[in-house]
Amino acid sequence: MRDARGDVRRPIGLRLWLSGGWLALLTVAALCAPWLAPKDPLMQDLFLGRMPPFWMEGAEPGYLLGTDSLGRDVLSRILYGARLALIVALVAGTLTCVIGATLGLMAGYYRGWTDRVISRFVDIWMAFPPVLFAILLIAVLGPGLVSIIIAIVIIDWTRFARVIRAEAMSQGAMDYVASAQVAGRTRFGTMLTEILPNVLPTIIALLTLEMGIAVIVEAILSFVNLSISTDSPTWGGMIAEGRTSVHQAWWVLVFPLITLFLTVLSFSQLGEGLKDRFDPVLR
Amino acid sequence: MALLRNILIRLITTLVTLFGVAVIVFVVIRVVPGNPIAMMLPPGATDADIARLQAQYGFDKSIFEQFVIWLGGVVQGDFGQSISLRQPVAQLVLGRLPATLELSLMALLMAVLIGGTMALLGTLFRNTRTEGAVDVTAGMALSIPDFLWGLVLILLFGVLWPVFHISGRISPSLNIDFTTNFYLFEALVRLRFDVVADLIGHMFMPALALAIPLAAIIAQLLKQSLKETMHLDYVTLARTKGYGENHVILREALPNAVLPTLTLVGVQFTFLIGGTVIIERLFSYEGLGNMAIDAVINRDLPLIQGIVILFALLFTLVNLVVDMLYVVLNPRLRHA
Amino acid sequence: MSGFLSIRNLTVHLRGGGPILRAVTMDVAPGQVHGLVGESGAGKSMIGKAVLGTLPRALEITGGEIWLDGVDLLALAPAARRKQIGATAALIPQDPLTALNPGKRIGPQITRRLVDILGWRKSDAEARARDLLDEVHIPDPVRVMRSYPHELSGGMRQRILIASAFAAEPRLIIADEPTTALDVTVQKQILRLISDMQTRHGTALLFVTHDLGVVSKVCDTLSVLYAGKVVENARMRRFFMRPIHPYSAALLAATPIYTDPDRGLTPVPQTVIDAVEREVEHHDVRAGA
Repeated sequence: MRDARGDVRRPIGLRLWLSGGWLALLTVAALCAPWLAPKDPLMQDLFLGRMPPFWMEGAEPGYLLGTDSLGRDVLSRILYGARLALIVALVAGTLTCVIGATLGLMAGYYRGWTDRVISRFVDIWMAFPPVLFAILLIAVLGPGLVSIIIAIVIIDWTRFARVIRAEAMSQGAMDYVASAQVAGRTRFGTMLTEILPNVLPTIIALLTLEMGIAVIVEAILSFVNLSISTDSPTWGGMIAEGRTSVHQAWWVLVFPLITLFLTVLSFSQLGEGLKDRFDPVLR
Repeated sequence: MALLRNILIRLITTLVTLFGVAVIVFVVIRVVPGNPIAMMLPPGATDADIARLQAQYGFDKSIFEQFVIWLGGVVQGDFGQSISLRQPVAQLVLGRLPATLELSLMALLMAVLIGGTMALLGTLFRNTRTEGAVDVTAGMALSIPDFLWGLVLILLFGVLWPVFHISGRISPSLNIDFTTNFYLFEALVRLRFDVVADLIGHMFMPALALAIPLAAIIAQLLKQSLKETMHLDYVTLARTKGYGENHVILREALPNAVLPTLTLVGVQFTFLIGGTVIIERLFSYEGLGNMAIDAVINRDLPLIQGIVILFALLFTLVNLVVDMLYVVLNPRLRHA
Repeated sequence: MSGFLSIRNLTVHLRGGGPILRAVTMDVAPGQVHGLVGESGAGKSMIGKAVLGTLPRALEITGGEIWLDGVDLLALAPAARRKQIGATAALIPQDPLTALNPGKRIGPQITRRLVDILGWRKSDAEARARDLLDEVHIPDPVRVMRSYPHELSGGMRQRILIASAFAAEPRLIIADEPTTALDVTVQKQILRLISDMQTRHGTALLFVTHDLGVVSKVCDTLSVLYAGKVVENARMRRFFMRPIHPYSAALLAATPIYTDPDRGLTPVPQTVIDAVEREVEHHDVRAGA
C-alpha cells in the first residue's frame, strides 16, 4: 500500500514543479519584455513579411521565430502578449474568485432566501452560452482591458458560487460547526473561522483554474477581434492572424498556440496539484 | 401526486429562468452605445429617415415598453425582424439551428464513444500502466478547452496531414439540393453517401474539438463509477458464476455505473453546446453560433435576442431530457 | 484427497506485505456441512474467496493447492478455472441487499447463467427458477421473477440468493456469513432453509461464520481459524465434548449455549490468546526459514 501511495505522490510533485516553472518563466518574460524582446512588437516591415523561423531556409537573422504577414517579430509579440495574458489572469481570476466564492459561501451556509436568490441567478447564468455572453458584454462595454476583466468576472462567478455553495453546505451540516455556534460565535464569524478554512483548498484550486480560463477568454475575445485595440500584441490576436495564413506561414499560429497551450495546462495542473497538497484528507 | 408536483415546479423554474435570460439580454444589449439603425442606412441619410426606421423597429419607446411588445410577439412565435439581414428572426434562427444541432450531437456521440472506451480500458486494466495512461490523458484533455483543441486539430489534420476540411459545412461543388437544413440526416436518409462523407469531412474537426473535454469527463466519471461498482457483491457473485471479466464489466457493472455519470454529463453537454459558438467561428461552420457573433458585431439586437433565447431553451431542454432518461433507466424510479 | 473440496497449505499474502492465510489445510466431504469459525479478521472469508477466485486484487495466493472435485484449481488457466468453479460451486453471499444487481429483474438474475454458461434452454431455466423459488417458500414466484430487487424485503432477497445458488445443482456451496445482515427473527428461518435445502439436494456446504452456536446447529465438521491459521480441524461431536486446542476451548467457553447459565459468559482468556500468537509466530519463523 505504501508503495502505491508513493507512486501517486511523485507525479504530483513533478506536476507542480513543471507548471510552476513555466508560469515563473512567463512572469519573467512579461516583466522584462522590453529588455528581452529583440524587436519592437509593433514595428511593421512589409519587406520582411512571413519570414520563417531561424532553422528554416530563408530565415531573416534577428527574427528567431519568424514574422507575421506585416513583418512583425513573432517572438517579441509573444513576449509582450504575456503581459496582457498575465494581467488578465491575475486580476480577473482573483476578482472572480472573491465575488463568486463569497456568494457561494453565503448561499451554502446561510441557506434560506439568500440561497434561493443566488441559486436562481446561477441557474439563469447557466442558461447562457458563456462565449456568446462574453462577446455580447464586450460589445456593450467597448473593447479594452477593463472591459475584458469585467466581462470575465460577470460570466464566470457562477463557477465558484456553484462549487463553493455545495461544499459550504456539506461543511455546514457537520457537527463541529454546530458546536462552534453553540459556543456562542456569530453566524458570520463561524463562516469565516470554521467553514472558510475547510473550503480553502477548493477555492485555491478553482482560482488557478480560473486564471487559465481567463487567459483563454481573453484569447477568444482577441480572436474575434473584440479584445483591446487591434495593434497591441495579444496571443489571441496572433492566433487569429495565424489561422488565416496557416497554409502560408504556420509559425504565426504555432508559436502563440504552444505558449497558450502550455500556459493554460500549467494553470490547471497547478490547481490540481495544489488541491492535492492542501487537501487534509489526502495529506 | 408528488411526481406531478415535481413536474409543475420544474416547469415554473424553467419559465422563470428563460424569463430572466430574456430580461438580462434585453437590458444588456440596449445599453449598447452606437445606433444600430444608423449603421444600416447609407451615409447621408437624414435624421427623419433614422427616426422613421427607429419607430419601425420600436427603438423610440422605453425599454420596458419594448420588452412588453417583444414578449407579446414571442408568445405568438414572432421574434421580430433582423436588422442586418432584414428577415424574420425566427426564420433565420430556425434555419441555422439544424447545423448546430448536428454538430453538437456528432460531438456528443464522439465524446461518449471515446470517453466510454477510455473508462472501460482503465477498468479492464486497472492498477496497470494502461490505467495510468487513461488518467493522464483524461487529465490533459480536460485542462485544455475546446477552442485550443480546435486550433491544434487545424494544425494536425488541416496543415500537417490535410485529410479534413478546415472550414465550412459542405463543399459548394457538391451537386445536391436539400429540402431540410438537417444536411447530414437528410443525406443519410437519401443514401447519398458521397455527401455524407463530405459533411463528415467538414464536421470531423469541429466536432472532435468539442468532444475532447467532454470525453475526458466521461472517462473520469465513468471509470470512478465503474471502480465503485466493481467492488459490490453482485459483481463478485457474477464472477463465481463462471462469467469472464469482460462480461462482468460490460453486463453487470456498466449498466449501473452509467446512471450516476448520466446526470453530470447532461450539464456538461450544455457546456458543449455553448462551445459551438466559438468553434463554429473557428471552422467557419454556418451554424447558430457563427451567426450570433456576426449579430453582435453588426449590433443586430432582435437577432441577438432570438439566438440567446434559443440557446437557453436548448440548455433547459437538454437538462429535461437527461432527467427523463435518468427516470427511464433507473428501475427504482420507474416503479415508484 | 479425502474431501470434495480439499485445501492444502493454502497461503495468501498481501501484495508486497504480510501473510493473510498461513498454510491453511481443511477438507469438505461430499454432501457434508463444514463450519469455518473464527473471529472477524481471522481470514475466514478469504478462504471462501480464494476457492471461488474472487480475492481482492491486493491479495495474492503464494502457495498451496485447492482441489475441487479432483481438480487443482490453482493449476488451471484463469478461463478454465472460472468454468470449473462456475460448474461445480456456488456462493450464498453475506449481504442480500447488495448481492442482487439493482438494474436487473430477479428472473434473469437466476436464469441467465444457466443459459449462458451451462447451455440450458431458456424455458427450462425459467421453469427451474420457478420451482426453486417455490422451494424456498417464496409466494407467487412468477410475479417475483418479474420484480426488481428494491421491491423485495431483505429476507426475500436472501431466499432468492439461496435459490439462485442451488439453481445449477452445484456440488459445493459456500455460505459466507449468510445470516449476519438479517434480523434475528429472519436469521433462524434462513438458517433452517439453508440446512433443509442442503439435505434435500445433498450438496456439500462450507459454512463461514463467527457464531459457534450456528455451527453447532447445522455442521458435521468444522475448522477453527485464528490469525489466518487453522488451529483445529474436528468432527462436531468430538469438538464440543473435547476441544483439543486451547483457543478452541476458550472459544467454546465464550459461546452462550455451552456455558453454564449461572456462571455467565467467559471471554477468551488473554493467556490463551498470547499462547496462540506465539504459536502463529513460531509457524512464520519456520515458514520463513
